[in-house]
Amino acid sequence: MALVETVPGPTAQHTTLSGEEATAQAERKTRRLRWILLTPALAIICGIGIMPLSIILVYSFMSPGPYAGISWEPTFDAWISLVLERDIFDDTLQLNDAHISILFRSLWLALLTTVLTLIFGFPLAYFIATRPARQRNLWLFMISLPFWSNLLVRTFAMMLFLRDDGYINNVLLLIGLIDKPMILIYTEFAVAVGLVYAFLPLMVMPLYASMEKLDFRLIEAGYDLYANRLQVLRRVIIPLVKPGIVAGCILVFIPAIGSWVTPKLLGGGKGLMVGNLISNQFGTSRDWPLGSAIALFLMLMVMIALIIYVRNSTAARDHG
Amino acid sequence: MKFTKFVAVCAGVVLGLGQAMAAGELHFYNWGNYTSPELIEKFEKDSGIKVTIDGYDSNETMLAKVKAGGHGYDLAVPSDYMVKIMIEEGLIQEAGVDEMENFKNIDPKWVDVYFDPGRKYSAPWQWGSTGISLNTAHYDGPKADSWELVFDPPEELVGRINMVSEMGDVINAGLFYLGMEKCNSNKEDLKKLNDLLVSAKQKWRTIDYGVIEKLTSGDVYASHNWNGASMRARLQVPTIKYIMPKEGLLAWADNVVLLSDAKNVEEAKTFMNYIMAPENAALISNFARYANGIKGSEEFMDPEMAKAPEIIGYDGAGKPEFIPPCSQEVTEMYTKIWNGLLK
Repeated sequence: MALVETVPGPTAQHTTLSGEEATAQAERKTRRLRWILLTPALAIICGIGIMPLSIILVYSFMSPGPYAGISWEPTFDAWISLVLERDIFDDTLQLNDAHISILFRSLWLALLTTVLTLIFGFPLAYFIATRPARQRNLWLFMISLPFWSNLLVRTFAMMLFLRDDGYINNVLLLIGLIDKPMILIYTEFAVAVGLVYAFLPLMVMPLYASMEKLDFRLIEAGYDLYANRLQVLRRVIIPLVKPGIVAGCILVFIPAIGSWVTPKLLGGGKGLMVGNLISNQFGTSRDWPLGSAIALFLMLMVMIALIIYVRNSTAARDHG
Repeated sequence: MKFTKFVAVCAGVVLGLGQAMAAGELHFYNWGNYTSPELIEKFEKDSGIKVTIDGYDSNETMLAKVKAGGHGYDLAVPSDYMVKIMIEEGLIQEAGVDEMENFKNIDPKWVDVYFDPGRKYSAPWQWGSTGISLNTAHYDGPKADSWELVFDPPEELVGRINMVSEMGDVINAGLFYLGMEKCNSNKEDLKKLNDLLVSAKQKWRTIDYGVIEKLTSGDVYASHNWNGASMRARLQVPTIKYIMPKEGLLAWADNVVLLSDAKNVEEAKTFMNYIMAPENAALISNFARYANGIKGSEEFMDPEMAKAPEIIGYDGAGKPEFIPPCSQEVTEMYTKIWNGLLK
């Protein structure tokens, strides 16, 4: 919007028109131009954003069709069965253990991924930001290199490392650290490793962007004022790069909680994450309304978490 | 149709194919790692029709995608019960298979099948059974002729078992083991079944489609598996044996069907007729290692197929049995059990 407002005002070049008319016409023109320029973005947002979402919303209040699909009978069943379930054996209403444990697992794995990528990404970003300007691009290029290949391919590559006769086990066996292969693949651990690997660059990039702008004289000033290393980190560096931390955490957490490929391949079909649960509803389980409800629920949760997170971190910055 | 397509996209279902439909194209939607590349090459050469292939890992995945619309596929390969469901749902159209030139080649016992009597809709692709693959290098004891192998496994196999990611296959395997009626709506029976599956799951490593790789890489020592896939695994690792449990096991027959919203109907029919020629059907079997239901195709098959225990069975093998689709009520309960199992 700001961009449109700064469009230069009309100049009275059309001498045939009175000043007022000219202004009005130019304003109309600007307004038209504004809409024309906005159309592609609006079309995309409505076309592939809001419209399908509304369909999902409608679906989530319908009944499942006999063999997948939707039967047009309104009901709250899908939303209720998100958390509650009528026991198939004794018909009592109870908490839906399956869904709740999958949601918690997703939340836990996404948080773990965010924290681990932050721990690994922070020193890395700092390292890059402190290289001579010329070297930085090379380092950044190397960080972004994995994005050149598809996530699916990279996850398959991870499988080669993690499986029982994979590289990790073979090397450890060879040097005699273990005497039989460790169980790595098809566990929550493997999923976590895969997620951290996949999302680390998403953390490093925004961290680097704010560290690059860091005024290193402030760090020197901190030392001059007798701060030790930890104090400099806590009271100088972290507050200054906070926008990068916030952006990085958001960029990692959101795709991590909705990830599908990684838990599917590295989790071995047990220990689902919510993305797999949703896709199951549209596949084997043939319950599209429930799938829609879970998808919306996930979005809602992410949105609420984001609002709280962003509000808290901006508030903290204001006080600082 | 567009609306539902959007939903499918949002649900994470990736549409694999472009929508451009030029003449002389065919879009074939088959199970993953199931289409003989040789067959497709030969067909393209003989007919001039360009074939694109996309894969799925369960009947239900295929059903969801076809039902969502906008998929661009012409042919799919549902299993028996799924053919019946798709006919009822109007998702496939009559292709007049019974009037095709090569119809005469179908083995008479595969003509009047329960899911498509007289073969108006479907051309036979392959058929087989769902039993267990066991790597006898790791265990070859007394449990090796029973579903016990996966439901109450010997210590050697604990944590080394894969089950296929098909709801029907897993639940029916459990029902065979417990000796219960199929399409069962008896709650007491289902409770026992559920308890069995939940406790057995602790001893499984994975519930996943990529069975052959898991067996040959040694990630698992035993897997719920289809007979042809078991043979393919054996050809790589000779100690892998196909077990047809004595309690009985599921039989299935996959069939090529013409989807209702197919764009390349003539090309699709050409393909359906083509695969019913014995020399072409043999190519299908030589790749995926299942029997195909076409008379005379044996002559063109690899000699090892004729004596493979996976295909012809063995003494003391359990009896494969077809199970038609269950009622909605039963399916719903199965689904709940299945969801609880996957959590």
